[in-house]
Amino acid sequence: MSAIATFLLAIVSAMLIDNVVLSRFYGICSFIGVGNRVKSAYSMGLAVTFVIILASLVCWPIYYYVLVPAGIPFMDTLVYILVIASLVQVVGLFIKKKSPALYKSLGIYLPLITTNCAVLGVAQSNTDSGYTFAQSMSNAIGTSLGFLLIIVVFACIRERLESSNTPKAFKGVPLALVTAALMAMAFMGLQGIGA
Amino acid sequence: MESKDIRRSQHKESFVSGIIQENPLFVSVLGTCPALAITTTVEAAFGMGLLFTFVLVCSNIIISALRKLIPEEIETPAYIVVIAAFVTITKMLTEAFIPALYSSLGVFLSLLVVNCIVLGRAEAFANKNTVFDSLLDGLGNGIGYTLAIVVIALFREVLGAGTLTIGAIFTFVPKSTLYILKDAAGTYDYSMSLLTNPAGGFIVFGLILAVIYAVKNHKATIVKAKARAAAFAAAAKKAEPVVPAKEAVLATPAKEVK
Repeated sequence: MSAIATFLLAIVSAMLIDNVVLSRFYGICSFIGVGNRVKSAYSMGLAVTFVIILASLVCWPIYYYVLVPAGIPFMDTLVYILVIASLVQVVGLFIKKKSPALYKSLGIYLPLITTNCAVLGVAQSNTDSGYTFAQSMSNAIGTSLGFLLIIVVFACIRERLESSNTPKAFKGVPLALVTAALMAMAFMGLQGIGA
Repeated sequence: MESKDIRRSQHKESFVSGIIQENPLFVSVLGTCPALAITTTVEAAFGMGLLFTFVLVCSNIIISALRKLIPEEIETPAYIVVIAAFVTITKMLTEAFIPALYSSLGVFLSLLVVNCIVLGRAEAFANKNTVFDSLLDGLGNGIGYTLAIVVIALFREVLGAGTLTIGAIFTFVPKSTLYILKDAAGTYDYSMSLLTNPAGGFIVFGLILAVIYAVKNHKATIVKAKARAAAFAAAAKKAEPVVPAKEAVLATPAKEVK
């Protein structure tokens, strides 16, 4: 298989088959907190996608060209979270300067992204599993697109659920979790495609 | 004397509130990511709870000790650095002493850094209270979280795997397996393996939350009904002298007063 086909297959598998939200529970907090309006879910998803890709782009070289030569690979988590926090700040400032309209729609989600498990989780698992740079980039792109897909689909479902007549005890978070369970079961059907 | 009593009740309050009343997972619905990911076995959940409590207590102590030194503008980054330092220490200690726990928790141990509860307690409690109170608060919330994830794991392991195993991760305990929904020989097996899948995590957590909400709704209706009955009785009492004695037998005073 050519290198590009492998790259694309890795993206598809990280996005659909091994979806981060439904199989590894990354970003569940923001998923439940923000995900009941399609528009805000879309903005949040885009911002997370951008930060995940950027963070993986920066964290992988830092691990292999700074931390390992310096003999302190155990400092990875601490360095990654600092890199992510400062990246989020820089991205926020950049967007604010270049496109105030975009900042208006993304702005309130930016601080939330620092504490989104998906960002740190991807950066951490890239180096923990010993991926090459290309592998870690395909992991980052697939994971973040998977997050975007799920958070938008989920917001669509929740918008409908809000106006329907559901048992009182299930209103809100319990129903969101059961919905996620049904989605996870649906995505389980995709397992085995890549193999 | 009196101020001592007040202080003691305050200590008790900061310890107890996190366990049931303000349980971080079941009431505030925070820290859901590890609660769903590592609850396939009771032992892993218990181990996660212990490490979580350790990180929360340590970071609460340091942050409340430094609360007057950290400027407000860089609060969050400073807290994250403190928490990340303790998570790194915890990771190294776990890898050295309980390697089975380290490998079963995997990346979720690192993800304690961005756990909403740890950061939330730092911002909501530790930066306003004394070191001792923060210690108690961390301990209370840690115990509450541990209890919550062990409950989820109990359902998932017993119903999903059909067994309950002790000693697979904490190897200093002799390994023993309790067969509940199936037997060792494999003559019958009533376990639902779906519950050990990610989808099962969502289902169990969602149903537990629904039960909690239902109990809360029920309690609220009881309180409301009691309040209404009390108002009713008070109104009836007030109305009594106004109504002449002959008519009092026929009339329903509460309705008139309303």
